[in-house]
Amino acid sequence: MTTEKPQSGAEILLRALKDQGVDVIFGYPGGAVLPIYDALFQQNAIRHILVRHEQAAVHAAEGYARSTGRVGVVLVTSGPGATNAVTGLLDALMDSIPLVCLTGQVPTHLIGNDAFQEADTTGITRQATKHNYLVKRSEDLARVVHDAFYVARSGRPGPVVVDLPKDILINPAPYAPPANTPHRSYRPVTDPDPAAIAKAIRALKAAKRPIVYSGGGVINAGPEASALLTEFVQTTGFPCTSTLMGLGAFPAADPHFLGMLGMHGTYEANLTMHDCDVLLNIGARFDDRVTGRLNAFSPGSIKIHADIDPSNINKNVAVDIPIVGDATRTLRALLAAWKADGASQDKPALAAWWKQIDAWRAKDSLKFTQKMAPGSIIKPQYAVQRLYDITRATGRDTFISTEVGQHQMWAAQYFRFEKPNRWMTSGGLGTMGYGLPAAMGVQIAHPDALVIDIAGEASILMNIQEMGTLAQYRLPVKIFILNNEYMGMVRQWQELLHGARYSESYSAALPDFVKLAESFHATGLRATTVDQLDDVIHRMLACPGPVIADIAVDQKENCFPMIPSGAAHNEMILGPEHADRAAAVTDEGMVLV
Amino acid sequence: MHAISSQPAAHQTHTLSVLVDNESGVLARVIGLFSGRGYNIDSLTVAEVDREGGRSRINLVTTGTPMVIEQIKAQLDRLVPVHRVADLTIQGPHVAREMALVKVVATGENRVESLRIADSFRARVVDTHIGSFVFELTGAAEKIDAFIDLMRPLGMAEVSRTGIAAIARGAATI
Repeated sequence: MTTEKPQSGAEILLRALKDQGVDVIFGYPGGAVLPIYDALFQQNAIRHILVRHEQAAVHAAEGYARSTGRVGVVLVTSGPGATNAVTGLLDALMDSIPLVCLTGQVPTHLIGNDAFQEADTTGITRQATKHNYLVKRSEDLARVVHDAFYVARSGRPGPVVVDLPKDILINPAPYAPPANTPHRSYRPVTDPDPAAIAKAIRALKAAKRPIVYSGGGVINAGPEASALLTEFVQTTGFPCTSTLMGLGAFPAADPHFLGMLGMHGTYEANLTMHDCDVLLNIGARFDDRVTGRLNAFSPGSIKIHADIDPSNINKNVAVDIPIVGDATRTLRALLAAWKADGASQDKPALAAWWKQIDAWRAKDSLKFTQKMAPGSIIKPQYAVQRLYDITRATGRDTFISTEVGQHQMWAAQYFRFEKPNRWMTSGGLGTMGYGLPAAMGVQIAHPDALVIDIAGEASILMNIQEMGTLAQYRLPVKIFILNNEYMGMVRQWQELLHGARYSESYSAALPDFVKLAESFHATGLRATTVDQLDDVIHRMLACPGPVIADIAVDQKENCFPMIPSGAAHNEMILGPEHADRAAAVTDEGMVLV
Repeated sequence: MHAISSQPAAHQTHTLSVLVDNESGVLARVIGLFSGRGYNIDSLTVAEVDREGGRSRINLVTTGTPMVIEQIKAQLDRLVPVHRVADLTIQGPHVAREMALVKVVATGENRVESLRIADSFRARVVDTHIGSFVFELTGAAEKIDAFIDLMRPLGMAEVSRTGIAAIARGAATI
C-alpha cells in the first residue's frame, strides 16, 4: 500500500483538468484563486495564458474551442473577475461553444456576508451558462469538475461555471477519476429516430424544389459531420445554404453552395429558401436573422428540422418533420436511408429548380464597384476580397475571426471557407470585442496557422488591451481593420431607418492604430487608397509577429443585400438603388432589432 | 407534434410534474427559465419526495399556446438537474389537490354561517378563538376558489394556499 500525501483542492482541481485532457487555460489571477495559481506555478502540464481582461479570457477560450472542437477552459477570480466573464459566457451559450469557466469565490463561511470581492456568481451566471456549480464540500470537487466537462461538451455544447470557494481550494480533497457510468440526469438524445429519418427521406425524394440549410450544429458535431453534409448534398444534387455560424461546414467552392442566407445573405440563398417545397435544416435554429418575417418565411415548404436540442424544434418556426439527434449521426442515417430508398428523385424538377436558382445567381447580389485609379478610396468589400485572394494564394491554413458589425458581414460574404472550424464569429449575442481575443485562442491552439481578425475600428477598441497578450506570448495574429470611422452597422440602420440622423455612431477621437500597434510591440501598417492595399496585405502576411493593418475604407458604404427588419426573403434590398424600400418598413418592423 | 397554424392559437392550461435533483439552485433555475422566457406560472409547489435519491418534485400549472407549452417542456427537460418532465394534462386522468388555510374574523350570524359552510365543504377548524376561525381545506383548486368566494363576505381576513400537488391516476408513474 502506498500512502499518498494529501493534495489540496487546487492540486486536485489541476489533476482533474489533466485527466480531462486540458493543456491550456486562459485566465487572470486574483485573491480568491491564488491557491490555483500557486499550484499552476508548480507544474508544467497545463499552460496558462495571461489575458488582460476576463472577458477576453472567455472569448480566447471560445476561439480555442471553436477551432479545435475541444472544451475551452477559463480561470478567473471572484467578484469582478466573474462578472467580467459574464458577457463571454452568454456569447458561448448563444453560439453553443463548450467551455468550463472556473471562478474563485470567497471562503464558504463568508458566502452571503458581502465579503471583499464577493459576488453571487452562480446566481449571476445562471442564465448565462448551460449549467453552473458551487462546490461547497471538498469531497465533491473532483466529481463536479468532471461533471462540468461532460455537460459542457455533451448534447448541445455550452459554457459551464464551477464556482470554487477559497477554503475548498486550500483544504485537502480526495481525488476521483472521471466516472464511466451514465450521468444521473443529463443524457441528451444523440441517435435520430429511424421513423423520422424515413419520413424525411420520403419528403426529400419527392421534393421538386429542395434546399439544405445547415448551421453551427454541423460544425459543433465535428469534421465528420461536415464531410457527411458535403457527401449528402453532392449525392442528392440539392442546393445548400448556410447560416453565419455554419460557414465552412460545406465548401464554398462547391457549385451546390448558394452562400449565406438571412438578413445579409445572397439573393439566391434567400429566394431559394423562400420558394422551396422541402427544407432540410441541419443544426440551425431558425434564428430571426435568418428567417426575416416569420409568417412569410419559406411559405408552403415541408420543413424538416434536425437538431440536438429538442427545445430548438418548433421554437420559432413550426416544423413538419422533427429529428432530434447529433448532426453526424443524423447525416449518416439520412445518407444511408437515401441510398437504400428505392424511390427515384424527380430529376427534371430538380434541373428546372437549378435553372431558376442560376437565374437568381445571375443577379450577382454581392457585386460592388471598386474604382481602380490610383488614389481611389477602398471599398470594404474589395479589401476583404483582396485579403481572401492573397491569403489563399499563400496556401497557408487560415483562420478568420471577426468583431461585430458591417465588417463581420462583409467577411462572411467575401471570405470563402472550404473547411470547418476556420471561422470564429459572435453570431447569437453579437459581441463587439470578440474577434481579437478569439483570434488569440485560435493562435494558441494552432501556432503555425495564419490567424486574422477582420475588425472594425469601433469593435477592436472594446478589447484592444489584448495587444499586450499578443506581445507577451508572441502570437502573430493579424488584425485587419476596415476603418470607416463609424459604428458602421449602426450608421447603416440610422441612414435607412432613422432619417440619416447619425446619433452617436461616429467614431470620434480614434487612436493612430499604427502607433498603437507599435506601442504594444507589434507592427502597424496603413492603407488609405486602393493602390496601397495589396502591398499592405502582403507586408502584413509576411510579418512574423502581430500586425495591425488599418485600412481606410469608404465611410458611406452599406452592407447589401439586406432584408430590412420585418420584411420577407423576397423583399430584399439589393443595393443603394433599392434603399427606399427600407423607408417602407412598418412600425412592427421598426421595433425589431 | 402539434399542427400549428399561423392563426393565434388558443391558450391552454397544463399541469406539469418535474422530477429534479434536490440541489441548491434548482428551483431558481426553473423559475428563472419561466421569467427569462416570459412563460406564465399559475401555481408552483416543490418538496423533496425521495430523500435517499435526493430528488424533489416540482408541480407546475402553466398557461400558453400549444407551441409555448411544448417549448416549456423542452426547456425544462434540458436543464441538467431535471430527470423527467411529465405533462399530466396530456398523459391522461390525474388528481390535482391543493390545501388552503383560511382565516375568518367574524362574530354573530356570520361566524355561525362560516362554520356551516365549512362543514358542507368538509373543511376542518384548526384554530378557534372567540372572534375568529382558521379553516383547513383540501381539494381541487376550483373547490378552494369557491370556498374563498363564499367566505369573503363573511369576514375572511387572510388566505394561505399551497398550490397544487398532482399525480396521475392508475398504476402509471412518473
